[in-house]
Amino acid sequence: MSDLRFSEDHEWLRIEGDTVVVGITDYAQQQLGDIVFIDLPEVGKEVKKGEEAAVVESVKAASEVYASISGTVTEVNESLADEPAKVNMDPENEGWFFKMKPSDPSELEELMEVSAYKDFVAGLG
Amino acid sequence: MHADLGARLVPFAGYEMPVQYPSGIISEHKHCRAAAALFDVSHMGQIELFGDTAARDLEALVCGDMQGIAPGRVRYTLFTNDLGGILDDLMVTNAGDRLYLVVNAACKAADFARLESAGLEPRMLEDRALLALQGPKAAEVLSRFAPEAAEMRFMSSALLTLDGVPCRISRSGYTGEDGYEISVPADAAENLARRLLAEDEVAPGGLGARDSLRLEAGLCLYGHDINEHTTPVEAGLTWAIQKRRRAEGGFPGDRIILAQLSSQPERRRVGFIPEGRAPLREGTALTDSNGVNLGGITSGGFGPSVGGPIAMGYALTAWTTPGLSLIASPRGKEVPVKVTTLPFVAPNYHRG
Repeated sequence: MSDLRFSEDHEWLRIEGDTVVVGITDYAQQQLGDIVFIDLPEVGKEVKKGEEAAVVESVKAASEVYASISGTVTEVNESLADEPAKVNMDPENEGWFFKMKPSDPSELEELMEVSAYKDFVAGLG
Repeated sequence: MHADLGARLVPFAGYEMPVQYPSGIISEHKHCRAAAALFDVSHMGQIELFGDTAARDLEALVCGDMQGIAPGRVRYTLFTNDLGGILDDLMVTNAGDRLYLVVNAACKAADFARLESAGLEPRMLEDRALLALQGPKAAEVLSRFAPEAAEMRFMSSALLTLDGVPCRISRSGYTGEDGYEISVPADAAENLARRLLAEDEVAPGGLGARDSLRLEAGLCLYGHDINEHTTPVEAGLTWAIQKRRRAEGGFPGDRIILAQLSSQPERRRVGFIPEGRAPLREGTALTDSNGVNLGGITSGGFGPSVGGPIAMGYALTAWTTPGLSLIASPRGKEVPVKVTTLPFVAPNYHRG
C-alpha cells in the first residue's frame, strides 16, 4: 500500500506517520499554468473535507483548493510566499502546500492510489 | 495549427482560441517584451466601408475625427451610445478608397448592424485572418519579408506582399511594444504564421499573454475596463476625441461626454498596485478604511514584466490621485491598494 493518495480535484496527500502532507499534482499545475501566489491556510486552522483550504493564483485566474480530508493544519510551506513557481517546477515535493493532522484518517481510504489517479487523469483526455 | 504548437484552446466568442502555449504565459509575455511574439487574433471583426461619405457618416456613430484621418493612417476611436457609454472600441484605417475597421469579436455583429442602420454599407471580411507580430524585434523580422515594413510609421497602414501574399499591415498593436497587425487571406494565414514563427526571434503568444501585456501597457479591454456604462472621459480616453469633434459634437452622447470634458467626471479609470503578491481580480470592490465603496477593479492580475500584481479599474475622482491608498478585501482579508498612473510599463512604440 502506497503512502500517497490523490483526489479527483488533483490534490495529492502523502501520509507521513500521523501527519498528512498536501499539495497539488503535476496535472493540476500544468492546467493552472504559471503560479504567482498561493493563499495558504493558517497553522491551527481546522479544515473540513470539501471546504476551501487554499487558493492558487495563476497569471490568469484564482483556483480554490478544497480539503480532501478533515483535520487541523500543523504547518504551511512558507517558502511558497517568495517562490510560488516551486509549485510549477516540483509540485509533488518542494511545492507542497501544508501539513495536517487528520481528524478521521478513514477518509484517506476514499481517495485514489497512484494507479487509479493515473487512469483518472488519462480519462480526462 | 494552434494544437500542433501545443496550445491549450478555450472557446471565446464562438472561436477556439489559444490561451497559452507550453512555455507558459509568463515566458510568452517576456518573450514579447524582449524579442517578438506572434498572436492569432482572427476572431476580431474586420470590416470595410466604401463610399465618398463613409468617414463623415461614420462620425455619426463614433467620437473621433474620422474625416481627419490622412490616407494610410490609423486611428483609435469609440462607438458611443446616447448616454455617452462606450459600445465598442475600434481601429479605423483610411485605406484610400475605403475605410478599414478592426472591431472586437464579441461586438462585431452589433457593430455591423449599427453601421448598416447609419446608412453605411459595411462589408465584413469573413475571409481574412488577423495576425499580430509584436515586440522590439518585430520590425527586423517583418522587414525580411517586406523591407518597406521597417519604414512604416507608428499607427500607419500599408498594403504589402508577405511571402507572395497581399496583406494589409498596420504598425500598431495591443502590447505596448512596437509591432504590426497583419490582415491576411484566411487560406494563406497558417502558412504565413508558420513562416513568421520559423524566424529565430518569434515565439507564439496566446490570449493569456496578450491580456497581461495589454494590462501592463494600461490598455482597455472592452467589456471589462470599458463598456456601455463607462464614458470615454471616465475611461481616460479623451485623447480619442479630436478637437473638431469637441467643438462640433454630433456623435451619440455628445452632450454628456462634452460636459464631462469641461467639468470632472464622477469617477475615473486609474491603475492600482495591490500590496503584497496576491493578484486582485476583476470585480474586486475598493473601499476606504470605513468600508465605504470608492470603486472597483475591472482588470487585474500578475504583471510578468512588473514582477507583481497589477490592476486597473475605477475610483471616485477624489480618490484617483496617485499614491492614495484604497482597500480591497479579497476572501475577507484587507489588502491596501495604491493608486497609480497608467501604464505600468513604459510604451516602446516605434517613433517615426
